[in-house]
Amino acid sequence: MSVATKTDKIQRLAELTAGSETSTGASLWREALGRLKTSKMAIIGAVIIAAFVVVAIVGPFLAPHSPSAQIWRGEVFPNKGEFVGARGENWFGLDHLGRDLFSRMLVGARQTLLVGIVATLIGLVAGFVIGIVSGAAATLGGETGQRVDSVIMRFIDMMLALPSLLLAVSIAAVMGQSLTTVMIAVGVVQVPVFARLLRGAMLVQGGADYVLAAQSLGVRKRRIVLSQILPNSLSPVIVQATLSLATAIIEAAALSYLGLGNPDPAIPEWGVMLAQAQRFFSYAPMMGVYPAVGIIITALGFTLLGEAMREALDPKLKG
Amino acid sequence: MLRLVVRRLLQLIPTLLGLSVLLFLWLDRLPGGPASAILGEKATDADVARINRALGLDQPVYVQYWRFLKRIFQGDLGTSVQTGQPVWDEFVLRFPATVELSLLAMIMAVVVGIPLGYLAARKRGGWVDIGAVSGSLVGICIPVFFLGLVIKEILAVKLGFFPSYGRMDTGINATDVTGFAVLDGILTGEFDASWDALHHLILPAVTLASIPLAVIVRMTRASVLEVQDEDYVRTAESKGLKRSIVRGRHVLRNALLPVVTSVGLLTGSLLSGAVLTESVFSFNGIGNFVKTSIDGRDYPVLVGFIMFIAMVYVLINLLVDVAYSIIDPRVRVH
Amino acid sequence: MRIFKSRPARAITAAVAVGLIATGCSSERDADNESSGKKDTFVFAGAGDPGSLDPALASDGETFRVTRQAFEALLEHESGGTKLVGGLAETWSSNDQGTVWTFNLRKNVKFHDGEAFNAAAVCANYDHWFNWKGTYQSSAVSYYWQTIMGGFAKNEDEETPEANYKSCTAKDENTAVIEVKKPSANLPGGFSLQALAIHSPKALKEYEKEEATAKGDAITYPKYSQEAGTVAGTGPYKITKWNKGNKEVSLTRFDDYWGEKAKIKNLVFRTIDTEEGRRQALQAGDIDGYDLVAPADVKTLEDQGYVVPTRGVFNLFYVGMSQEANKALKKKEVRQAIAQAIDKENLVKTQLPEGGKVADQFMPDTIAGYSKNVKKYPFDTAASKSLLKKAGEEKLKVEFCYPTEVTRPYMPAPQDLFELMKADLEKAGITVTPKAMKWAPDYIDATEAGSCDLHMLGWTGDFNDGFNFIGTWFAGYDKQWGFKDKKVFDAVNAGSKLGKAEERTAAYEKANEAIMEYLPGVPISSSPPAIAFAKNVNPPNVSPLTQEVFSETSFK
Repeated sequence: MSVATKTDKIQRLAELTAGSETSTGASLWREALGRLKTSKMAIIGAVIIAAFVVVAIVGPFLAPHSPSAQIWRGEVFPNKGEFVGARGENWFGLDHLGRDLFSRMLVGARQTLLVGIVATLIGLVAGFVIGIVSGAAATLGGETGQRVDSVIMRFIDMMLALPSLLLAVSIAAVMGQSLTTVMIAVGVVQVPVFARLLRGAMLVQGGADYVLAAQSLGVRKRRIVLSQILPNSLSPVIVQATLSLATAIIEAAALSYLGLGNPDPAIPEWGVMLAQAQRFFSYAPMMGVYPAVGIIITALGFTLLGEAMREALDPKLKG
Repeated sequence: MLRLVVRRLLQLIPTLLGLSVLLFLWLDRLPGGPASAILGEKATDADVARINRALGLDQPVYVQYWRFLKRIFQGDLGTSVQTGQPVWDEFVLRFPATVELSLLAMIMAVVVGIPLGYLAARKRGGWVDIGAVSGSLVGICIPVFFLGLVIKEILAVKLGFFPSYGRMDTGINATDVTGFAVLDGILTGEFDASWDALHHLILPAVTLASIPLAVIVRMTRASVLEVQDEDYVRTAESKGLKRSIVRGRHVLRNALLPVVTSVGLLTGSLLSGAVLTESVFSFNGIGNFVKTSIDGRDYPVLVGFIMFIAMVYVLINLLVDVAYSIIDPRVRVH
Repeated sequence: MRIFKSRPARAITAAVAVGLIATGCSSERDADNESSGKKDTFVFAGAGDPGSLDPALASDGETFRVTRQAFEALLEHESGGTKLVGGLAETWSSNDQGTVWTFNLRKNVKFHDGEAFNAAAVCANYDHWFNWKGTYQSSAVSYYWQTIMGGFAKNEDEETPEANYKSCTAKDENTAVIEVKKPSANLPGGFSLQALAIHSPKALKEYEKEEATAKGDAITYPKYSQEAGTVAGTGPYKITKWNKGNKEVSLTRFDDYWGEKAKIKNLVFRTIDTEEGRRQALQAGDIDGYDLVAPADVKTLEDQGYVVPTRGVFNLFYVGMSQEANKALKKKEVRQAIAQAIDKENLVKTQLPEGGKVADQFMPDTIAGYSKNVKKYPFDTAASKSLLKKAGEEKLKVEFCYPTEVTRPYMPAPQDLFELMKADLEKAGITVTPKAMKWAPDYIDATEAGSCDLHMLGWTGDFNDGFNFIGTWFAGYDKQWGFKDKKVFDAVNAGSKLGKAEERTAAYEKANEAIMEYLPGVPISSSPPAIAFAKNVNPPNVSPLTQEVFSETSFK
């Protein structure tokens, strides 16, 4: 996802909680959940995600054939542009090495989901830590704290300034090619997003009445941060995490397209499958369309749910 | 205003310095030198060692960093490993192409996106709204390179409406003035060259526009929805002001503010979207050059590009702030 | 073969010139000449930009494809073949040791800048290269000079090889004598290299005013080699423009050419970096031909009526083994098990373009020295399993490296080839850990250093001498393979010291047999890089060495 969309979303999300300074986190969520239940976007998104997760879990058991065995390799001739399309035995046809595409799609869902989740978690955890430190320093750290905060933010801005794809590529270059690299590369790109978001939300909360009240009552700073500010700043982070899952899946596909994907292409993953299929796009377009549609629908599911959550949290935005 | 500009520019220096240190630490971790990039399977161990020594790549990283800094201050970004030419020259050669592409993509996104977003908000819940919202959601979720591939296959290869690659046809002997192919044609009166360049730009621009278009539609829609519920709009309406005036002066104008910000920021980010788009269309811009630099591990180019992008990003941010304070005097820039 | 004696062709040239002006050549635009009837621009797409317009500074096919049209060497390969024939030298001979080479030069040859070609010009070139200094001595710049002639007059780095070149003397106007210190398997083949093509002495003087610099982290090519104008050779075309922004090099027919003149007036080389991009450009009519056709496209293009001539093979694709990285590979049974586990037939049948061949030794069958009597290791998974059992390596684990984002003429789709071989090895019970790396520098460096158990790589021959293949790998200890075997090394080196061609051939055959007996790695296949042309093109003779001369091309 582009820098601008990132910044835009961060700003918007960070401002969300501003409107609900007085309400506690719990009631805000209850209210939002109520709104979510009636949102069509949320329902569609949730259904897509549920279907995807089910496929990811049970897919490997349902797959009619081995996803990595080149069972029909004598029947496909990539050097002559001869491919095998859908047929009774192979519902989606064969890939360029004579493997069953339907089985690869089913099994690939798990890998794809795994990449998305792990990458997002990496970004979330790292961003969270940086965000808390920065946010806490800014709200309660006095002058030194603000200096610390501004140094951290300068660094985060630098990371945001780099095109995410290049950042991911640089990381892949240092670490060598592996699935772990893909997850880390995609995850690191999310770090500044989460960090800025959490800090922004905490800043808003830091100025809220109840924090000032707690401070004047002499509650310890660490306690204010952990039990007051943080819980109330969490909602935008959760929303962003949902949205980030979509981004992570798309970016992992882009890394595969740039040749930095999983080094063992025998293990199916939608991004790698799409990248491999593009060479044969004129001959066997469906080979690319299946994984592409898989990626698009899944990303759509997460985006829909994320957007719906955001709108539910922000009554102004509902539509 | 001037103080703001100067201060922002001064802030650029520590940012770039910090960035360059990080880049160097990164480079230090990377194996290899130009020998294997140039000679491929013909490179021997001895060749690699000899060339690295000749270029000083065997020296400690701080020595290399110092040399790099000295070079940068002399305005020398280094030399591309792939082409053996100064990185700066390579950028100058390709930058206009990418700017042309990004501009066209942005124009498309704005021209289509703002009216569509506005319409969607006015006719909320109608089919335009549903179409625009779901279209923009899909636009964000579709991998750019796949979109490019599909568009190219259908419109260029199968139907032949557009050229499938490159910046210009062979044999269009256009005079080079500014490096901006479309502009050059207009300046020199070689309109066929302009048209040819434009024709080549359309498909990549459509591909590149997909994400900004989606973002602009959604932002405009959300922004209009927000503004039309504001008190001053209601007041204006209840005063009995003409509808067109209310919509034009009150709703649209105020709703566009956040959109303007995002257009500026999106333009900067297009440069990185160009990496994928240009590579799909073999378009000889910065993005494609960077992609081949990634493949060929052309570090001087990558370092130069990253520094360059960071600079552009900061400058665009500055421009946006300035533009903002002009559009809306209430906004105080600090 | 071009044996035409050049005739004073001024009258013809003048007539042609007048004719051209009369037919309205005043328009600079070539785009509209399709409508005016005869096409006079041939556009050919390559996969990468040339690195320089001076072939002496290059080592890659993309550069040579362009410069070959404008520069000629003393010797050439016959059109469409691998046999050495006269180029700028009509005949050549050497003394028995192969240290003194005498060239009888072609007469009435002119350079593009009007200078006359003679023995002094030849020597000016060789001395120019021999006296290179500074960055020119880097093997990234003068790779071929160093391969053929060793080092320089004054080596600046201790690791630069010692010079083998001794002198060049102009015995008379049309006889040049080149002396080397020691006999070499690279001669006379090396005299045919584009990198040693002859430039105009006037241009050489211009070259010497500039230098390639190596400041910072890369080598900067001199300016003269980056724009048309200075470089001048003797070829059928002269380079007129290099538009880097549009990635195209333009050439125009050289009307004073000594041989048969080019049939098409203008020649343009474009760069389209993707296989699909090149194919689509041809199908869309944007270009008239392109090189490095994806195997998948060959049949399609043929079916659609495009001209897709098949080149002979002149390369070799192999699986390399590093015995130092994995000790199990020291056992011959294990190496043999790997060799027999791989289904080469299937690989050639499904992955390589038409004309691809299964390889049974480290040399394609087009090279003198190919032996019919090497030991064969046919595909047999069962045999492979029992060999592993015999060696006590039933649970063999290997790390197998492959390159990404690259295609080479011998290796059209590395990842697919890798996946097929991995599946084969796994069928034989071998556990394969895949390792993907960027082609340069990661992959190249890793394979050179022998840090992968197994890797895939290949070689494209520069000229027709067996040592150019087997000598590259097996002339002595090499980290890439990590073994020492005197029998193999001696057999390989035996041929290179012989002066006579027939004796060399016999020695290379013996060497191939010794290598395959030892089995240091698995030769897999030879693959012709496919080339395609538009329907209305009479293509040039396609060359196994990818040395097409486009002056032979014409439109139907």
